[in-house]
Amino acid sequence: MNRRAQTLLALLALALLVLPAFASNYVMSVATLILFFAFTGQAWNVMMGFAGQLSLGHSLYVGVGAYTAAGLFFHYGLGPWAGLWLAILLCVLLGAAIGFLAFRFGISGVYFALLTIAFAEFTRIGFDHIDWLGGPGGLFIKVAQRDQIDLLNFRGPPAMYYYAMLALAAGALALCAWLLRSRAGYYWQAIREDEEAAQALGINTFRWKMLAVILSAAMTAVSGVFFAFYYNNLFPEQIFHISRSIEIILGPIIGGIGTLFGPILGAAVLTLLADGITELMSAFGIEIPGVKQVFYGIVLLVVIMFLPNGIWPTLARRLGIARQR
Amino acid sequence: MALLEISSLSKSFRGLRAVANASLEVPEHGIVALIGPNGAGKTTIFNIAAGVYAPDGGEIRFAGRRIDGLRPDQICAAGIGRTFQIVKPFAGLSVLDNVIVGALQRCRTVSDARALAARVLDQLGLGGKRDLPASSLTLPDRKRLEVARALATRPQLLLLDEVMAGLRPTECDQMVEVFRELNSRDGLTILLIEHVMRAVMALARQIVVLHHGEIIARGAPAEVVRNSAVLECYLGEDAEV
Ligand SMILES: Nc1ncnc2c1ncn2[C@@H]1O[C@H](COP(=O)(O)OP(=O)(O)O)[C@@H](O)[C@H]1O
Ligand SMILES: [Mg+2]
Repeated sequence: MNRRAQTLLALLALALLVLPAFASNYVMSVATLILFFAFTGQAWNVMMGFAGQLSLGHSLYVGVGAYTAAGLFFHYGLGPWAGLWLAILLCVLLGAAIGFLAFRFGISGVYFALLTIAFAEFTRIGFDHIDWLGGPGGLFIKVAQRDQIDLLNFRGPPAMYYYAMLALAAGALALCAWLLRSRAGYYWQAIREDEEAAQALGINTFRWKMLAVILSAAMTAVSGVFFAFYYNNLFPEQIFHISRSIEIILGPIIGGIGTLFGPILGAAVLTLLADGITELMSAFGIEIPGVKQVFYGIVLLVVIMFLPNGIWPTLARRLGIARQR
Repeated sequence: MALLEISSLSKSFRGLRAVANASLEVPEHGIVALIGPNGAGKTTIFNIAAGVYAPDGGEIRFAGRRIDGLRPDQICAAGIGRTFQIVKPFAGLSVLDNVIVGALQRCRTVSDARALAARVLDQLGLGGKRDLPASSLTLPDRKRLEVARALATRPQLLLLDEVMAGLRPTECDQMVEVFRELNSRDGLTILLIEHVMRAVMALARQIVVLHHGEIIARGAPAEVVRNSAVLECYLGEDAEV
Protein backbone atom coordinates (compact mmCIF):
# COMPACT_ATOMS: atom_id res chain seq x y z
CA MET A 1 0.00 0.00 0.00
CA ASN A 2 1.47 3.36 -0.96
CA ARG A 3 1.50 6.62 0.99
CA ARG A 4 -1.61 7.95 -0.63
CA ALA A 5 -3.60 4.80 0.05
CA GLN A 6 -2.56 4.86 3.71
CA THR A 7 -3.68 8.48 4.06
CA LEU A 8 -7.02 7.81 2.42
CA LEU A 9 -7.59 4.76 4.59
CA ALA A 10 -6.74 6.72 7.74
CA LEU A 11 -9.15 9.50 6.75
CA LEU A 12 -11.90 7.00 6.08
CA ALA A 13 -11.30 5.30 9.42
CA LEU A 14 -11.39 8.64 11.21
CA ALA A 15 -14.61 9.69 9.48
CA LEU A 16 -16.26 6.39 10.40
CA LEU A 17 -15.10 6.65 14.01
CA VAL A 18 -16.56 10.12 14.58
CA LEU A 19 -19.71 9.58 12.54
CA PRO A 20 -22.03 8.82 15.50
CA ALA A 21 -21.25 12.23 16.99
CA PHE A 22 -22.88 13.97 14.04
CA ALA A 23 -25.27 11.54 12.46
CA SER A 24 -28.97 11.08 13.04
CA ASN A 25 -30.36 7.69 13.97
CA TYR A 26 -31.49 7.24 10.41
CA VAL A 27 -28.02 7.86 9.01
CA MET A 28 -26.62 5.53 11.65
CA SER A 29 -28.95 2.75 10.59
CA VAL A 30 -27.90 3.14 6.96
CA ALA A 31 -24.23 3.19 7.95
CA THR A 32 -24.68 0.07 10.08
CA LEU A 33 -26.35 -1.69 7.19
CA ILE A 34 -23.47 -0.76 4.87
CA LEU A 35 -20.97 -2.15 7.34
CA PHE A 36 -23.05 -5.29 7.74
CA PHE A 37 -22.98 -5.93 4.01
CA ALA A 38 -19.31 -4.96 3.80
CA PHE A 39 -18.44 -7.55 6.45
CA THR A 40 -20.66 -10.28 5.04
CA GLY A 41 -19.47 -9.56 1.51
CA GLN A 42 -15.89 -9.81 2.72
CA ALA A 43 -16.68 -13.23 4.19
CA TRP A 44 -18.20 -14.41 0.91
CA ASN A 45 -15.25 -12.97 -0.98
CA VAL A 46 -12.85 -15.28 0.88
CA MET A 47 -14.56 -18.22 -0.76
CA MET A 48 -15.36 -16.83 -4.20
CA GLY A 49 -12.97 -13.93 -4.66
CA PHE A 50 -9.92 -15.63 -3.22
CA ALA A 51 -10.46 -19.35 -3.73
CA GLY A 52 -12.86 -19.21 -6.69
CA GLN A 53 -15.65 -21.28 -5.11
CA LEU A 54 -19.04 -19.76 -5.90
CA SER A 55 -21.54 -19.89 -3.05
CA LEU A 56 -25.08 -18.79 -3.78
CA GLY A 57 -26.29 -19.96 -0.39
CA HIS A 58 -24.59 -17.75 2.15
CA SER A 59 -27.95 -16.92 3.70
CA LEU A 60 -27.58 -20.40 5.24
CA TYR A 61 -24.80 -19.23 7.55
CA VAL A 62 -26.45 -15.91 8.34
CA GLY A 63 -29.63 -17.74 9.26
CA VAL A 64 -28.08 -20.53 11.29
CA GLY A 65 -25.83 -18.04 13.08
CA ALA A 66 -28.76 -15.76 13.84
CA TYR A 67 -31.14 -18.50 15.01
CA THR A 68 -28.49 -20.14 17.18
CA ALA A 69 -27.68 -17.00 19.12
CA ALA A 70 -31.29 -15.81 19.24
CA GLY A 71 -32.55 -19.21 20.38
CA LEU A 72 -30.10 -19.38 23.27
CA PHE A 73 -31.00 -15.85 24.29
CA PHE A 74 -34.72 -16.41 23.99
CA HIS A 75 -34.83 -19.67 25.94
CA TYR A 76 -31.92 -19.41 28.37
CA GLY A 77 -31.14 -15.70 28.52
CA LEU A 78 -27.65 -16.43 27.22
CA GLY A 79 -26.08 -13.36 25.64
CA PRO A 80 -24.55 -13.47 22.17
CA TRP A 81 -21.03 -13.97 23.50
CA ALA A 82 -21.88 -17.56 24.32
CA GLY A 83 -24.17 -18.06 21.33
CA LEU A 84 -21.49 -16.75 19.00
CA TRP A 85 -19.26 -19.77 19.54
CA LEU A 86 -22.01 -22.27 19.03
CA ALA A 87 -23.14 -20.34 15.93
CA ILE A 88 -19.62 -20.43 14.52
CA LEU A 89 -19.28 -24.11 15.32
CA LEU A 90 -22.54 -25.04 13.62
CA CYS A 91 -21.76 -22.98 10.54
CA VAL A 92 -18.27 -24.44 10.31
CA LEU A 93 -19.78 -27.93 10.44
CA LEU A 94 -22.31 -27.03 7.74
CA GLY A 95 -19.62 -25.46 5.57
CA ALA A 96 -17.40 -28.49 6.09
CA ALA A 97 -20.25 -30.81 5.10
CA ILE A 98 -20.92 -28.86 1.89
CA GLY A 99 -17.22 -28.61 1.12
CA PHE A 100 -16.59 -32.28 1.80
CA LEU A 101 -19.50 -33.41 -0.37
CA ALA A 102 -18.48 -31.15 -3.22
CA PHE A 103 -14.73 -31.46 -3.19
CA ARG A 104 -14.57 -35.19 -2.48
CA PHE A 105 -17.02 -36.05 -5.20
CA GLY A 106 -15.82 -33.58 -7.78
CA ILE A 107 -18.83 -31.26 -7.71
CA SER A 108 -17.58 -27.93 -8.98
CA GLY A 109 -18.57 -24.77 -10.80
CA VAL A 110 -22.31 -24.39 -11.41
CA TYR A 111 -23.06 -27.67 -9.62
CA PHE A 112 -21.23 -26.49 -6.54
CA ALA A 113 -23.25 -23.28 -6.56
CA LEU A 114 -26.45 -25.32 -6.87
CA LEU A 115 -25.39 -27.44 -3.92
CA THR A 116 -24.97 -24.33 -1.77
CA ILE A 117 -28.45 -23.18 -2.79
CA ALA A 118 -29.87 -26.59 -1.97
CA PHE A 119 -28.42 -26.54 1.55
CA ALA A 120 -29.84 -23.08 2.20
CA GLU A 121 -33.27 -24.03 0.84
CA PHE A 122 -33.49 -27.29 2.75
CA THR A 123 -32.50 -25.49 5.90
CA ARG A 124 -35.16 -22.85 5.30
CA ILE A 125 -37.81 -25.54 4.94
CA GLY A 126 -36.42 -27.38 7.96
CA PHE A 127 -36.62 -24.30 10.16
CA ASP A 128 -40.30 -23.91 9.32
CA HIS A 129 -40.78 -27.10 11.32
CA ILE A 130 -38.68 -26.25 14.34
CA ASP A 131 -41.30 -25.05 16.80
CA TRP A 132 -38.67 -24.46 19.42
CA LEU A 133 -37.40 -21.60 17.25
CA GLY A 134 -40.84 -20.28 16.41
CA GLY A 135 -41.35 -22.09 13.12
CA PRO A 136 -42.74 -20.06 10.22
CA GLY A 137 -44.28 -17.58 12.69
CA GLY A 138 -40.83 -16.27 13.54
CA LEU A 139 -38.65 -15.85 16.60
CA PHE A 140 -38.76 -12.56 18.46
CA ILE A 141 -36.30 -11.47 21.07
CA LYS A 142 -37.07 -8.72 23.51
CA VAL A 143 -36.28 -5.31 22.13
CA ALA A 144 -33.87 -3.46 24.34
CA GLN A 145 -34.09 -0.15 26.05
CA ARG A 146 -32.45 2.01 23.46
CA ASP A 147 -30.56 4.34 25.81
CA GLN A 148 -28.67 1.92 28.02
CA ILE A 149 -25.63 -0.02 26.91
CA ASP A 150 -25.74 -3.63 28.04
CA LEU A 151 -22.68 -5.15 26.39
CA LEU A 152 -23.14 -8.53 28.02
CA ASN A 153 -26.48 -9.03 26.30
CA PHE A 154 -25.58 -6.82 23.37
CA ARG A 155 -28.51 -4.49 23.90
CA GLY A 156 -28.14 -0.77 23.50
CA PRO A 157 -28.41 2.37 21.38
CA PRO A 158 -27.76 2.50 17.63
CA ALA A 159 -24.20 3.74 18.15
CA MET A 160 -23.30 0.53 19.98
CA TYR A 161 -24.43 -1.61 17.03
CA TYR A 162 -22.69 0.75 14.65
CA TYR A 163 -19.37 0.50 16.46
CA ALA A 164 -19.66 -3.27 16.78
CA MET A 165 -20.25 -3.57 13.05
CA LEU A 166 -17.43 -1.13 12.34
CA ALA A 167 -15.04 -3.23 14.42
CA LEU A 168 -16.15 -6.38 12.62
CA ALA A 169 -15.78 -4.83 9.17
CA ALA A 170 -12.35 -3.43 10.04
CA GLY A 171 -11.27 -6.74 11.54
CA ALA A 172 -12.41 -8.64 8.45
CA LEU A 173 -10.53 -6.21 6.21
CA ALA A 174 -7.35 -6.64 8.24
CA LEU A 175 -7.74 -10.42 8.30
CA CYS A 176 -8.30 -10.61 4.54
CA ALA A 177 -5.39 -8.28 3.82
CA TRP A 178 -3.16 -10.53 5.88
CA LEU A 179 -4.54 -13.73 4.36
CA LEU A 180 -3.99 -12.46 0.84
CA ARG A 181 -0.30 -11.90 1.53
CA SER A 182 0.16 -15.23 3.27
CA ARG A 183 0.56 -18.76 1.95
CA ALA A 184 -3.23 -19.23 2.07
CA GLY A 185 -3.78 -16.23 -0.20
CA TYR A 186 -1.29 -17.47 -2.80
CA TYR A 187 -2.69 -20.99 -2.72
CA TRP A 188 -6.30 -19.86 -2.94
CA GLN A 189 -5.62 -17.59 -5.88
CA ALA A 190 -3.68 -20.34 -7.62
CA ILE A 191 -6.64 -22.68 -7.16
CA ARG A 192 -8.99 -19.98 -8.43
CA GLU A 193 -6.91 -19.37 -11.54
CA ASP A 194 -6.13 -23.00 -12.45
CA GLU A 195 -6.76 -25.86 -10.11
CA GLU A 196 -4.78 -28.45 -12.07
CA ALA A 197 -1.71 -26.25 -12.21
CA ALA A 198 -2.08 -25.47 -8.52
CA GLN A 199 -2.11 -29.17 -7.70
CA ALA A 200 0.94 -29.79 -9.86
CA LEU A 201 2.80 -27.22 -7.77
CA GLY A 202 2.20 -29.22 -4.62
CA ILE A 203 -1.00 -27.66 -3.33
CA ASN A 204 -3.43 -30.02 -1.62
CA THR A 205 -6.41 -28.34 -3.23
CA PHE A 206 -8.99 -30.23 -1.19
CA ARG A 207 -7.54 -29.00 2.08
CA TRP A 208 -7.19 -25.36 1.02
CA LYS A 209 -10.64 -25.17 -0.53
CA MET A 210 -12.07 -26.63 2.68
CA LEU A 211 -10.25 -23.95 4.65
CA ALA A 212 -11.75 -21.21 2.47
CA VAL A 213 -15.28 -22.56 2.93
CA ILE A 214 -14.89 -23.05 6.66
CA LEU A 215 -13.42 -19.61 7.23
CA SER A 216 -16.10 -17.97 5.11
CA ALA A 217 -18.83 -19.86 6.98
CA ALA A 218 -17.39 -18.90 10.36
CA MET A 219 -17.23 -15.22 9.43
CA THR A 220 -20.76 -15.27 8.07
CA ALA A 221 -21.99 -16.91 11.27
CA VAL A 222 -20.83 -13.77 13.09
CA SER A 223 -22.93 -11.68 10.68
CA GLY A 224 -25.90 -13.80 11.62
CA VAL A 225 -25.43 -13.30 15.35
CA PHE A 226 -25.22 -9.58 14.81
CA PHE A 227 -28.31 -9.66 12.62
CA ALA A 228 -30.34 -11.42 15.30
CA PHE A 229 -29.50 -8.91 18.02
CA TYR A 230 -29.85 -5.91 15.76
CA TYR A 231 -33.19 -6.74 14.18
CA ASN A 232 -34.62 -8.81 17.03
CA ASN A 233 -36.91 -10.84 14.81
CA LEU A 234 -36.19 -13.77 12.56
CA PHE A 235 -38.31 -15.58 9.99
CA PRO A 236 -37.03 -18.62 8.07
CA GLU A 237 -38.86 -17.35 5.02
CA GLN A 238 -36.75 -14.20 5.01
CA ILE A 239 -33.41 -14.96 6.51
CA PHE A 240 -32.69 -18.15 4.54
CA HIS A 241 -34.22 -16.86 1.33
CA ILE A 242 -32.11 -16.98 -1.79
CA SER A 243 -32.68 -13.28 -2.36
CA ARG A 244 -30.71 -12.73 0.86
CA SER A 245 -27.83 -14.74 -0.55
CA ILE A 246 -27.96 -12.66 -3.71
CA GLU A 247 -28.00 -9.45 -1.69
CA ILE A 248 -24.83 -10.59 0.11
CA ILE A 249 -22.89 -11.25 -3.08
CA LEU A 250 -23.97 -8.16 -5.02
CA GLY A 251 -21.67 -5.87 -3.03
CA PRO A 252 -18.45 -7.76 -3.78
CA ILE A 253 -19.47 -8.31 -7.42
CA ILE A 254 -20.18 -4.63 -7.98
CA GLY A 255 -17.20 -3.49 -5.94
CA GLY A 256 -14.77 -6.04 -7.37
CA ILE A 257 -14.53 -9.77 -6.71
CA GLY A 258 -11.27 -10.84 -5.14
CA THR A 259 -10.24 -7.33 -4.12
CA LEU A 260 -9.95 -6.15 -0.54
CA PHE A 261 -11.98 -2.96 -0.85
CA GLY A 262 -14.47 -4.16 -3.43
CA PRO A 263 -16.88 -5.63 -0.86
CA ILE A 264 -16.80 -2.42 1.18
CA LEU A 265 -17.24 -0.10 -1.77
CA GLY A 266 -19.94 -2.30 -3.29
CA ALA A 267 -21.89 -2.41 -0.03
CA ALA A 268 -21.76 1.39 0.24
CA VAL A 269 -22.77 2.02 -3.36
CA LEU A 270 -25.64 -0.46 -3.32
CA THR A 271 -27.05 0.44 0.07
CA LEU A 272 -26.86 4.18 -0.50
CA LEU A 273 -28.38 4.06 -3.96
CA ALA A 274 -31.11 1.59 -2.99
CA ASP A 275 -31.97 3.70 0.02
CA GLY A 276 -31.93 6.85 -2.06
CA ILE A 277 -34.35 5.33 -4.55
CA THR A 278 -36.68 4.13 -1.81
CA GLU A 279 -36.64 7.53 -0.14
CA LEU A 280 -37.23 9.32 -3.40
CA MET A 281 -40.16 7.10 -4.28
CA SER A 282 -41.81 7.50 -0.90
CA ALA A 283 -41.32 11.26 -1.15
CA PHE A 284 -43.45 11.13 -4.26
CA GLY A 285 -45.85 8.76 -2.58
CA ILE A 286 -45.11 5.95 -5.00
CA GLU A 287 -45.03 2.42 -3.67
CA ILE A 288 -43.94 -0.40 -5.93
CA PRO A 289 -43.07 -3.70 -4.28
CA GLY A 290 -39.81 -5.26 -5.45
CA VAL A 291 -38.42 -2.00 -6.78
CA LYS A 292 -35.22 -2.57 -4.83
CA GLN A 293 -34.62 -5.89 -6.56
CA VAL A 294 -35.21 -4.35 -9.97
CA PHE A 295 -32.80 -1.62 -9.05
CA TYR A 296 -30.16 -4.13 -7.95
CA GLY A 297 -30.55 -5.85 -11.29
CA ILE A 298 -30.00 -2.62 -13.18
CA VAL A 299 -26.90 -1.70 -11.20
CA LEU A 300 -25.50 -5.19 -11.70
CA LEU A 301 -26.14 -5.00 -15.42
CA VAL A 302 -24.46 -1.63 -15.78
CA VAL A 303 -21.40 -2.66 -13.77
CA ILE A 304 -20.98 -5.98 -15.59
CA MET A 305 -21.26 -4.24 -18.94
CA PHE A 306 -18.92 -1.35 -18.28
CA LEU A 307 -16.68 -2.48 -15.41
CA PRO A 308 -16.58 -6.27 -15.51
CA ASN A 309 -13.91 -6.35 -12.80
CA GLY A 310 -16.02 -4.17 -10.51
CA ILE A 311 -15.77 -0.53 -9.55
CA TRP A 312 -12.83 -0.75 -7.19
CA PRO A 313 -9.97 -1.63 -9.59
CA THR A 314 -10.87 1.35 -11.79
CA LEU A 315 -11.44 3.68 -8.84
CA ALA A 316 -8.14 2.64 -7.25
CA ARG A 317 -6.31 3.56 -10.43
CA ARG A 318 -8.11 6.92 -10.61
CA LEU A 319 -7.21 7.65 -7.00
CA GLY A 320 -3.57 6.89 -7.75
CA ILE A 321 -3.49 3.94 -5.40
CA ALA A 322 -1.22 1.14 -6.55
CA ARG A 323 -3.06 -1.80 -8.07
CA GLN A 324 -3.70 -4.13 -5.21
CA ARG A 325 -3.61 -7.81 -5.69
CA MET B 1 18.93 -48.00 -9.66
CA ALA B 2 17.38 -45.37 -11.87
CA LEU B 3 15.72 -42.32 -10.30
CA LEU B 4 12.54 -42.84 -12.32
CA GLU B 5 11.48 -46.34 -13.31
CA ILE B 6 8.41 -46.79 -15.45
CA SER B 7 7.56 -50.45 -15.94
CA SER B 8 4.96 -51.98 -18.27
CA LEU B 9 2.75 -48.93 -18.11
CA SER B 10 -0.66 -49.09 -19.80
CA LYS B 11 -3.51 -46.64 -20.07
CA SER B 12 -6.64 -46.58 -22.20
CA PHE B 13 -9.23 -43.86 -22.70
CA ARG B 14 -12.63 -45.29 -23.52
CA GLY B 15 -11.13 -48.28 -25.29
CA LEU B 16 -8.45 -46.26 -27.02
CA ARG B 17 -5.05 -47.54 -25.99
CA ALA B 18 -2.98 -44.41 -25.33
CA VAL B 19 -0.05 -46.16 -23.64
CA ALA B 20 0.65 -49.87 -24.12
CA ASN B 21 3.11 -51.74 -21.95
CA ALA B 22 5.69 -48.96 -21.98
CA SER B 23 8.83 -49.20 -19.87
CA LEU B 24 11.54 -46.61 -19.52
CA GLU B 25 14.11 -45.48 -17.01
CA VAL B 26 15.71 -42.16 -16.25
CA PRO B 27 19.03 -42.48 -14.42
CA GLU B 28 19.82 -40.05 -11.62
CA HIS B 29 21.39 -36.85 -13.02
CA GLY B 30 20.51 -38.05 -16.51
CA ILE B 31 18.67 -36.34 -19.35
CA VAL B 32 16.31 -38.52 -21.38
CA ALA B 33 14.17 -37.38 -24.30
CA LEU B 34 10.81 -38.95 -25.10
CA ILE B 35 9.91 -38.42 -28.75
CA GLY B 36 7.25 -39.65 -31.11
CA PRO B 37 4.52 -38.37 -33.42
CA ASN B 38 1.48 -36.50 -32.13
CA GLY B 39 -0.95 -38.73 -30.30
CA ALA B 40 1.74 -41.30 -29.50
CA GLY B 41 0.93 -41.13 -25.78
CA LYS B 42 3.84 -39.05 -24.52
CA THR B 43 1.80 -36.55 -22.53
CA THR B 44 -0.27 -39.40 -21.12
CA ILE B 45 2.89 -40.97 -19.68
CA PHE B 46 3.72 -37.61 -18.07
CA ASN B 47 0.23 -37.27 -16.70
CA ILE B 48 0.43 -40.68 -15.08
CA ALA B 49 3.88 -39.98 -13.68
CA ALA B 50 2.60 -36.65 -12.31
CA GLY B 51 -0.46 -38.20 -10.70
CA VAL B 52 -3.18 -36.84 -12.97
CA TYR B 53 -4.32 -40.36 -13.88
CA ALA B 54 -3.79 -43.73 -12.28
CA PRO B 55 -2.45 -46.29 -14.78
CA ASP B 56 -4.53 -49.26 -15.91
CA GLY B 57 -1.49 -51.45 -15.52
CA GLY B 58 2.18 -51.27 -14.65
CA GLU B 59 3.94 -49.22 -12.05
CA ILE B 60 6.10 -46.17 -11.56
CA ARG B 61 8.86 -45.86 -8.99
CA PHE B 62 10.61 -42.68 -8.03
CA ALA B 63 13.82 -43.10 -6.01
CA GLY B 64 12.69 -46.65 -5.36
CA ARG B 65 9.24 -45.73 -4.05
CA ARG B 66 5.94 -46.53 -5.78
CA ILE B 67 4.32 -43.27 -6.84
CA ASP B 68 1.64 -44.33 -9.33
CA GLY B 69 -1.77 -43.54 -7.92
CA LEU B 70 -0.52 -40.72 -5.69
CA ARG B 71 -2.12 -37.28 -6.04
CA PRO B 72 -0.31 -34.62 -8.10
CA ASP B 73 0.51 -32.57 -5.01
CA GLN B 74 2.02 -35.59 -3.30
CA ILE B 75 4.15 -36.29 -6.35
CA CYS B 76 5.31 -32.68 -6.42
CA ALA B 77 6.20 -32.95 -2.76
CA ALA B 78 8.13 -36.15 -3.49
CA GLY B 79 10.36 -34.17 -5.85
CA ILE B 80 8.92 -34.29 -9.36
CA GLY B 81 8.17 -31.02 -11.13
CA ARG B 82 6.20 -30.90 -14.37
CA THR B 83 5.23 -28.41 -17.04
CA PHE B 84 2.05 -28.53 -19.09
CA GLN B 85 2.19 -28.83 -22.86
CA ILE B 86 -0.89 -26.63 -22.99
CA VAL B 87 0.35 -23.92 -20.69
CA LYS B 88 -1.61 -23.16 -17.54
CA PRO B 89 -0.49 -19.82 -16.17
CA PHE B 90 -2.33 -18.27 -13.23
CA ALA B 91 -3.52 -15.58 -15.60
CA GLY B 92 -4.75 -13.07 -13.04
CA LEU B 93 -1.53 -13.13 -11.01
CA SER B 94 1.74 -11.42 -11.77
CA VAL B 95 4.61 -13.42 -13.23
CA LEU B 96 6.43 -13.26 -9.89
CA ASP B 97 3.36 -14.39 -7.94
CA ASN B 98 2.96 -17.34 -10.31
CA VAL B 99 6.43 -18.53 -9.40
CA ILE B 100 6.02 -17.74 -5.69
CA VAL B 101 3.19 -20.28 -5.61
CA GLY B 102 5.65 -22.93 -6.74
CA ALA B 103 8.41 -21.71 -4.45
CA LEU B 104 6.15 -21.99 -1.40
CA GLN B 105 6.44 -25.76 -1.80
CA ARG B 106 9.92 -25.67 -0.26
CA CYS B 107 9.98 -22.30 1.53
CA ARG B 108 8.64 -21.67 5.01
CA THR B 109 7.80 -18.02 4.51
CA VAL B 110 6.42 -15.95 1.66
CA SER B 111 9.47 -13.69 1.70
CA ASP B 112 11.81 -16.67 1.27
CA ALA B 113 9.59 -17.87 -1.55
CA ARG B 114 9.70 -14.44 -3.17
CA ALA B 115 13.51 -14.43 -3.10
CA LEU B 116 13.70 -17.93 -4.59
CA ALA B 117 11.10 -17.05 -7.24
CA ALA B 118 13.01 -13.93 -8.25
CA ARG B 119 16.20 -15.98 -8.68
CA VAL B 120 14.48 -18.59 -10.83
CA LEU B 121 12.91 -15.88 -13.00
CA ASP B 122 16.31 -14.27 -13.57
CA GLN B 123 17.72 -17.63 -14.50
CA LEU B 124 15.10 -18.01 -17.24
CA GLY B 125 15.40 -14.46 -18.49
CA LEU B 126 11.99 -13.43 -17.19
CA GLY B 127 13.32 -11.16 -14.43
CA GLY B 128 12.35 -7.99 -16.28
CA LYS B 129 8.77 -9.13 -16.65
CA ARG B 130 8.12 -10.21 -13.10
CA ASP B 131 5.52 -7.54 -12.34
CA LEU B 132 3.48 -8.05 -15.50
CA PRO B 133 0.26 -10.03 -15.27
CA ALA B 134 0.88 -13.54 -16.58
CA SER B 135 -2.00 -13.05 -19.02
CA SER B 136 0.06 -10.48 -20.91
CA LEU B 137 2.94 -12.86 -21.74
CA THR B 138 3.63 -14.19 -25.25
CA LEU B 139 3.50 -17.96 -25.76
CA PRO B 140 7.29 -18.47 -25.56
CA ASP B 141 7.31 -16.49 -22.31
CA ARG B 142 4.42 -18.57 -20.99
CA LYS B 143 6.47 -21.67 -21.72
CA ARG B 144 9.34 -20.14 -19.76
CA LEU B 145 6.94 -19.35 -16.94
CA GLU B 146 5.84 -23.00 -16.88
CA VAL B 147 9.46 -24.01 -16.46
CA ALA B 148 10.12 -21.34 -13.83
CA ARG B 149 7.13 -22.40 -11.74
CA ALA B 150 8.11 -26.06 -11.87
CA LEU B 151 11.75 -25.28 -11.07
CA ALA B 152 10.70 -23.16 -8.09
CA THR B 153 9.32 -26.29 -6.43
CA ARG B 154 12.96 -27.46 -6.30
CA PRO B 155 12.38 -30.80 -8.01
CA GLN B 156 14.85 -33.65 -8.23
CA LEU B 157 13.27 -34.69 -11.51
CA LEU B 158 11.85 -32.24 -14.04
CA LEU B 159 9.28 -33.33 -16.63
CA LEU B 160 9.27 -30.94 -19.60
CA ASP B 161 6.44 -31.23 -22.11
CA GLU B 162 7.36 -29.47 -25.36
CA VAL B 163 8.70 -26.31 -23.75
CA MET B 164 10.80 -25.39 -26.80
CA ALA B 165 7.83 -25.21 -29.15
CA GLY B 166 7.53 -21.76 -30.65
CA LEU B 167 10.98 -20.59 -29.58
CA ARG B 168 13.36 -19.14 -32.13
CA PRO B 169 16.65 -21.05 -32.58
CA THR B 170 18.62 -18.60 -30.43
CA GLU B 171 15.97 -18.69 -27.71
CA CYS B 172 15.95 -22.46 -27.92
CA ASP B 173 19.73 -22.53 -27.45
CA GLN B 174 19.43 -20.27 -24.40
CA MET B 175 16.86 -22.58 -22.85
CA VAL B 176 19.06 -25.60 -23.63
CA GLU B 177 21.91 -23.84 -21.87
CA VAL B 178 19.75 -23.27 -18.78
CA PHE B 179 18.86 -26.96 -18.58
CA ARG B 180 22.46 -28.03 -19.16
CA GLU B 181 23.59 -25.86 -16.30
CA LEU B 182 20.82 -27.08 -13.98
CA ASN B 183 21.82 -30.62 -14.86
CA SER B 184 25.57 -30.27 -14.45
CA ARG B 185 25.62 -27.82 -11.53
CA ASP B 186 22.60 -28.91 -9.48
CA GLY B 187 22.39 -32.49 -10.68
CA LEU B 188 18.82 -32.00 -11.88
CA THR B 189 17.43 -35.07 -13.65
CA ILE B 190 15.35 -34.29 -16.73
CA LEU B 191 12.82 -36.20 -18.81
CA LEU B 192 11.73 -34.14 -21.77
CA ILE B 193 9.11 -34.54 -24.47
CA GLU B 194 10.28 -32.55 -27.44
CA HIS B 195 9.73 -32.17 -31.17
CA VAL B 196 12.50 -29.63 -31.65
CA MET B 197 15.33 -32.02 -32.58
CA ARG B 198 17.90 -29.28 -32.17
CA ALA B 199 17.16 -29.26 -28.45
CA VAL B 200 16.85 -33.04 -28.18
CA MET B 201 20.23 -33.63 -29.79
CA ALA B 202 21.89 -30.98 -27.64
CA LEU B 203 20.49 -32.23 -24.33
CA ALA B 204 19.56 -35.88 -24.33
CA ARG B 205 21.97 -38.66 -23.54
CA GLN B 206 19.28 -41.16 -24.32
CA ILE B 207 16.24 -41.01 -26.57
CA VAL B 208 13.12 -43.12 -26.21
CA VAL B 209 10.72 -43.28 -29.16
CA LEU B 210 7.03 -43.83 -28.62
CA HIS B 211 4.58 -44.75 -31.38
CA HIS B 212 0.91 -45.66 -30.87
CA GLY B 213 1.58 -45.98 -27.17
CA GLU B 214 4.43 -48.46 -27.61
CA ILE B 215 8.12 -47.91 -27.31
CA ILE B 216 9.64 -48.74 -30.67
CA ALA B 217 13.25 -47.68 -30.17
CA ARG B 218 15.64 -46.42 -27.57
CA GLY B 219 19.31 -45.59 -27.43
CA ALA B 220 21.91 -42.89 -27.87
CA PRO B 221 20.75 -39.96 -30.01
CA ALA B 222 23.03 -40.75 -32.94
CA GLU B 223 21.74 -44.32 -33.14
CA VAL B 224 18.08 -43.51 -32.78
CA VAL B 225 17.94 -40.94 -35.57
CA ARG B 226 19.33 -43.57 -37.97
CA ASN B 227 16.89 -46.25 -36.81
CA SER B 228 14.68 -47.26 -39.72
CA ALA B 229 11.61 -47.93 -37.57
CA VAL B 230 11.84 -44.40 -36.20
CA LEU B 231 12.21 -42.84 -39.62
CA GLU B 232 9.24 -44.84 -40.80
CA CYS B 233 6.93 -43.74 -38.02
CA TYR B 234 7.74 -40.12 -38.68
CA LEU B 235 7.79 -40.23 -42.45
CA GLY B 236 7.01 -43.68 -43.78
CA GLU B 237 3.50 -44.56 -42.75
CA ASP B 238 1.69 -42.52 -45.35
CA ALA B 239 4.52 -42.71 -47.88
CA GLU B 240 3.75 -46.37 -48.48
CA VAL B 241 0.10 -45.81 -49.28
N1 LIG C 1 -8.00 -37.22 -21.02
C1 LIG C 1 -8.12 -37.90 -22.18
N2 LIG C 1 -9.31 -38.41 -22.55
C2 LIG C 1 -9.44 -39.11 -23.70
N3 LIG C 1 -8.44 -39.33 -24.55
C3 LIG C 1 -7.21 -38.85 -24.25
C4 LIG C 1 -7.00 -38.10 -23.04
N4 LIG C 1 -5.68 -37.74 -22.99
C5 LIG C 1 -5.12 -38.24 -24.11
N5 LIG C 1 -6.02 -38.89 -24.86
C6 LIG C 1 -5.75 -39.58 -26.13
O1 LIG C 1 -4.64 -40.42 -25.93
C7 LIG C 1 -3.80 -40.39 -27.07
C8 LIG C 1 -2.40 -39.97 -26.67
O2 LIG C 1 -2.44 -38.59 -26.35
P1 LIG C 1 -1.20 -37.81 -25.78
O3 LIG C 1 -0.61 -38.55 -24.65
O4 LIG C 1 -1.63 -36.42 -25.49
O5 LIG C 1 -0.22 -37.82 -27.03
P2 LIG C 1 1.11 -37.00 -27.31
O6 LIG C 1 1.44 -36.19 -26.12
O7 LIG C 1 2.15 -38.03 -27.61
O8 LIG C 1 0.83 -36.15 -28.51
C9 LIG C 1 -4.45 -39.48 -28.08
O9 LIG C 1 -5.18 -40.26 -28.99
C10 LIG C 1 -5.36 -38.64 -27.24
O10 LIG C 1 -6.47 -38.21 -27.98
MG1 LIG D 1 1.61 -34.17 -25.93
